[in-house]
Amino acid sequence: MNSKNNHKIIGNPEQRVDAIGKVTGTAKFAEDYNVLHQLYGKVLRSKYPHAKILSVDTSKAEQLDGVEAVLTANDIPGKKVFGIVVQNQTFLAIDKVRYLGDGVALVAAKTKEIAEQAIALIDVQYEPLPVIADPEESIKTDAVKIHGDDNTFVHHKVRKGDIEKGFAEADFILEKKFKTQFIEHSYIEPEAVLAELAEHGGVKITGSVQNLFSSRRSVAAALNLDLNKVQIIQSTLGGSFGGKDEVMTSMCCRAALLCLKTGKPVKMVNTREESMLESYKRHPYVLFYKWGVKNDGSITAMEIKCIADGGAYASMSPFVTWRSVVQATGPYHCENVKTDIYAVYTNNNYTGAMRGFGSPQVNFAIESMMDELAEKVGKNPIEIRLQNGYERGDVTATGQKLDHNVSYKEVLKKAAEAINFEEKWKQYRASPKTPFKKGIGLASSYRGVSLGAEGTDAVGTIVSVQTDGSVIVSSGITDMGQGAQTQMSQITAEVLGISMERIQFLNTNTSRVPDSGPTVASRGTIMSGSAAKKAAEIVKSTLLDVASEMTGVALQNLDIKNNYLVDVSNDQRLASFSELAAECFNNGKPMYGLGWHKSPHTSWDEEHGQGDAYYTFVYGTNIAEIEVDTETGKVNVVDFVSAHDVGKAINRNTVLGQIYGGVAMGLGYGMLEEFEFENGIPKQLNFDEYLIATAMDVPRIKAIIVENEDAAGPFGAKSIGEPATELAAPAIVNAIYNATGKRIYEIPANLERVLLGHKLTRTGERGSVQKEKEETVNFDSCKIRSTEK
Amino acid sequence: MKKFIIKTVINNRKYELSVSPNQTLLDLLREELGLTGTKRGCEVGECGACTVLINGEAVNSCLVLAPQIDGKEVLTVEGLAEDGELHPLQKSFMKHDAVHCGYCTPGMIMSAKQLVEENPQPTEEEIRTAISGNLCRCTGYVQIVDAISEVQK
Repeated sequence: MNSKNNHKIIGNPEQRVDAIGKVTGTAKFAEDYNVLHQLYGKVLRSKYPHAKILSVDTSKAEQLDGVEAVLTANDIPGKKVFGIVVQNQTFLAIDKVRYLGDGVALVAAKTKEIAEQAIALIDVQYEPLPVIADPEESIKTDAVKIHGDDNTFVHHKVRKGDIEKGFAEADFILEKKFKTQFIEHSYIEPEAVLAELAEHGGVKITGSVQNLFSSRRSVAAALNLDLNKVQIIQSTLGGSFGGKDEVMTSMCCRAALLCLKTGKPVKMVNTREESMLESYKRHPYVLFYKWGVKNDGSITAMEIKCIADGGAYASMSPFVTWRSVVQATGPYHCENVKTDIYAVYTNNNYTGAMRGFGSPQVNFAIESMMDELAEKVGKNPIEIRLQNGYERGDVTATGQKLDHNVSYKEVLKKAAEAINFEEKWKQYRASPKTPFKKGIGLASSYRGVSLGAEGTDAVGTIVSVQTDGSVIVSSGITDMGQGAQTQMSQITAEVLGISMERIQFLNTNTSRVPDSGPTVASRGTIMSGSAAKKAAEIVKSTLLDVASEMTGVALQNLDIKNNYLVDVSNDQRLASFSELAAECFNNGKPMYGLGWHKSPHTSWDEEHGQGDAYYTFVYGTNIAEIEVDTETGKVNVVDFVSAHDVGKAINRNTVLGQIYGGVAMGLGYGMLEEFEFENGIPKQLNFDEYLIATAMDVPRIKAIIVENEDAAGPFGAKSIGEPATELAAPAIVNAIYNATGKRIYEIPANLERVLLGHKLTRTGERGSVQKEKEETVNFDSCKIRSTEK
Repeated sequence: MKKFIIKTVINNRKYELSVSPNQTLLDLLREELGLTGTKRGCEVGECGACTVLINGEAVNSCLVLAPQIDGKEVLTVEGLAEDGELHPLQKSFMKHDAVHCGYCTPGMIMSAKQLVEENPQPTEEEIRTAISGNLCRCTGYVQIVDAISEVQK
């Protein structure tokens, strides 16, 4: 029990409501669904990263025994393109392919093997076009165009003060270029769906879909169906991390199309290779940071430019880069700011939502800059951040006054104390040159919670009490393994005064819960939890009204505790929760509540990049202690602290789990992972070559949960999913500097970058290596020198 | 294609099966026997989601051909509980919140089972080594290591 607030269930490490099926094997993931007479769908994907389609001949494939349909874009009855902001992504290519993962044709056949044979029989004639693989090439005016007449499809700005004045006031200028890489989400479950005809028109799709409502919108538009004729049911989701959005929209649409054409159920499953080939990635950024600085360590101007590689389609780039532009200065004071963030098309895989969503890239640059600044003015990393960091009442670069508990410095100090940061930092930097060098580094951030001014932010959660007192909860927010169902169940149980065993959670079904927007932006707990709280309060209010009539006890003396209706004036138990539910039913009263939660006000002026971007923020600090083998470049993480203000931990274990998993993913980003292309062709398509951290690579992580309850969240809860993954990379890079005196400007900081200071690129030939070219970039008005190596 | 008749025991139940020489054990379990608790993740033996025990030894079932289990005993996640009583590893995984999305869980538990059967008191290093062939993208492995270390035979 949490004594401070007298909560019974909030704050407890309650067992996950969906754990039992997952340890016994009864949980049904998308590929586990099978129905009689199902067909198998397969996709023919592009042969070139960029080409015109001259012709598609499906006749041979159609003649193959067992093939029931061969379809192209011509067979889509409705809208042939989709996209959350820019509608230009094809379900199946129309006239042109823009990356190697583009689908060109579909087959449905009696077996997987026949479907694969049929795919090989489809004859597509292409006229290859020049491939744009580099975003810095794509942004040039004379570059080959991928869509329409401009490859630049996003330009977000922030304008505050006057940077000319700011640079004039500076004692010196700090100017650096940084680069980040493509990252594969690497959910262990590859994408899968099963589409069936609905009994009375339309389709029912069961699958590994993260954002059911946006997928439904696009599928309905493509098939010319009303939204109520497209039912999408979420199967137990084997990880997503932002990754099962557009790629699933596409798969849902393709399977539904085949199902409607053949009149039979159609199952589609991606192999890992197909998944990596087609799915979107985390955006690589090129970041140009130029700061005007005083000798005392204060920052007088920041000029920031970033180019994000959007790949072949717009996808979430407009929103991902918007979070970057809001947070690009970090939580640091500066009166004069000019930030420009661009997203451009290339013929690489398109890039979209991935846990962190535009913050890991800018955090790497900001926190590297901060440590360089500290070095230049003779301060340590803590001192420089305490000097420049935000406090309550401060105004951000976007002109937003922070009027919640701004715990940036509290979190920073707690993290530093937990690992004795300042002493170690001083000791390691002074230690003599030996083959193994220790180092310690930190990174900290502020992060806007939920969607902010991206768009409508509202969620519905339903609480339904049964006549025996058991409870069913459902929501438009989905569980992908982060624990959303458990958080909502705990909140429901807390409000209703019942135990967790009485609650059953249903997987999300678009036809049975209200459109609650996407499960993204770490908005699950704060939004759906608030909605669950309201739903449970509605039901509880009805139950207590009935109880007062039933017992004659005044309403204000009644409460439900530990599964019993009690008279709080004398602590007497009056009835069990089950009896109360039965009484309520017999009185014809509703035991059903729809809780609806709409976010507080946010605002954004696109032209000046000013506004109240997010309704609240979270604060975090990561510290990495490492050992570098200076003869091989190998970095071992020996200790790690991850401190986060989560507002309130609804479930302590789940918060810890999010922190541990987020750090592991962040370490992969900082040290290990890189999805590489050669002229638009991916080099890794399975886990034999795309490496993610194993149990041998992730250290024991010290998680510090800071709780400053926020009025914006249920029981004070805010966010942890994405904050947990956005800081490990710069902490590692700063630790490497502390150990070796060498700074890494391009991640991942793998063996060759740590040892040689640059990347080794493998060419097409196995075993071959090529040193990356040194480049001088002159980007528009911001005169950026090539990175000092 | 010529079929093989094999005799095997899967989850303590005897089977006589007709299998193709190119069929993987993973496919046999999932597609023929409806044992979908064993997961398909990469099909190249890298992710470990399809881990099962053959005669007590953890293997990637995507790399085993169905005829190879002739005369052998196979245990999958569905066979772990006995008489409705969960295996200690299953209980411990739930208690320690070692189950997030759950996709790696069956394979992870099977690798852990071989470890605790053979090494009743494994060190943290030994646990990490034993599950190093099972990828997990959610947990950072901390709670999984804790869950396994609490189960001592």
